[in-house]
Amino acid sequence: MTTSPLSEMTEALIAVRDHRDREAFGRLFDHFGPRLKAMLIRSGQRDGAAEDIVQDVMLVVWRKAAQFDPHRAEASAWIYRIARNRQIDLIRRRPVPQPDLLEEPPGTDPDPAQILALAEETRHLRDALSRLSAEQRQALEQSYLEDLPHSRISQLTGLPIGTIKSRIRLGLERLRHELRDLQS
Amino acid sequence: MTPISHHITDDLLADYADGRLAQAFAVVVAAHISICDECRARVEAADTLGGLLLQDTDGVALASDRRDRVMAALDQPVHDPVPIGPSGIFPAAVMQILDGNPPRWRMLGGGIRQQILIDDRQASLRLLYIPPGRAVPEHGHQGMEMTLVLQGSFSDSAGRFGRGDVELAHDEINHQPIADPGEACICLAATDAPLRFNALIPRLLQPLFRI
Ligand SMILES: [Zn+2]
Repeated sequence: MTTSPLSEMTEALIAVRDHRDREAFGRLFDHFGPRLKAMLIRSGQRDGAAEDIVQDVMLVVWRKAAQFDPHRAEASAWIYRIARNRQIDLIRRRPVPQPDLLEEPPGTDPDPAQILALAEETRHLRDALSRLSAEQRQALEQSYLEDLPHSRISQLTGLPIGTIKSRIRLGLERLRHELRDLQS
Repeated sequence: MTPISHHITDDLLADYADGRLAQAFAVVVAAHISICDECRARVEAADTLGGLLLQDTDGVALASDRRDRVMAALDQPVHDPVPIGPSGIFPAAVMQILDGNPPRWRMLGGGIRQQILIDDRQASLRLLYIPPGRAVPEHGHQGMEMTLVLQGSFSDSAGRFGRGDVELAHDEINHQPIADPGEACICLAATDAPLRFNALIPRLLQPLFRI
């Protein structure tokens, strides 16, 4: 257990998922709560409203933890999506239609190689991020942490589960190359 | 089963993820992602990037009682109804609009059937049932159409579209999709042009009279 490829937060989320571990949930809250609040304030929420949304998001994390799949996402990505969807639903006043849930067949064992590969690819992506210029970084942050439906209203207004796992890696790789191209 | 070869563009995937699409188009994208691992992976990979940026954000402290309030709320019973899931060829996003029931088709002539799912100020969405060899009705000559195949296939000048494929058509494209022989083709079609039934029906009947 000394070389777990999982981030601390992903470990905590798995403990919540598998054991309804309140102490682990507390760690998730302490880590993500203030960051989520910062993200909400950046996208225009007032202090009190931002905290209410943080509370909603963290309660969804607790209730829907069973849907978390570490083969496909780290905790930060999964919680990011919950928070974005919550913000979007509040603005649109009706839920955004969601894709079907992918469910592992019962009794499927975790695939450590895949989890490791995801962690590795995420690390590469993080490295690529760290090499961006301040302006590029700023643009990405605006797009991912701030832009919401009201800020740019557009006019336009199965396969086996195994394959999705490797494809996410390809998607990450592609993103990383795009970030690299941004630099050149 | 032929692999999916016509996907959602990056721009539209980002618009979907950021909540910028009209409901009708968002349903089509959610339905495509339900069937297409490649687009699901692209969306989830983008979330990884969002998660990393969130991770690196300097936090803003929460009020001191907030943590206790959240911890106390963990035990509150919730009565979330179990969401309606997918059924047969129809992804959950479609079944939810159908309220869990099979489509109630309305005959349009020429063996073509439809059910309107959404018709709001921004865009409309419907299911279409097209017998083999029949033309897929278009919705009008303005705006944009997004058509996802749920069963069977159709072909036009842009190629062949089977289950999971999405055709994106702008007004300037003059295409005439025809359902392929074999199974009836069932599509989910969104458009931001107003539905024009009067215009639709004569065009639908055209192939009949030509035969
Ligand atoms: Zn796709």
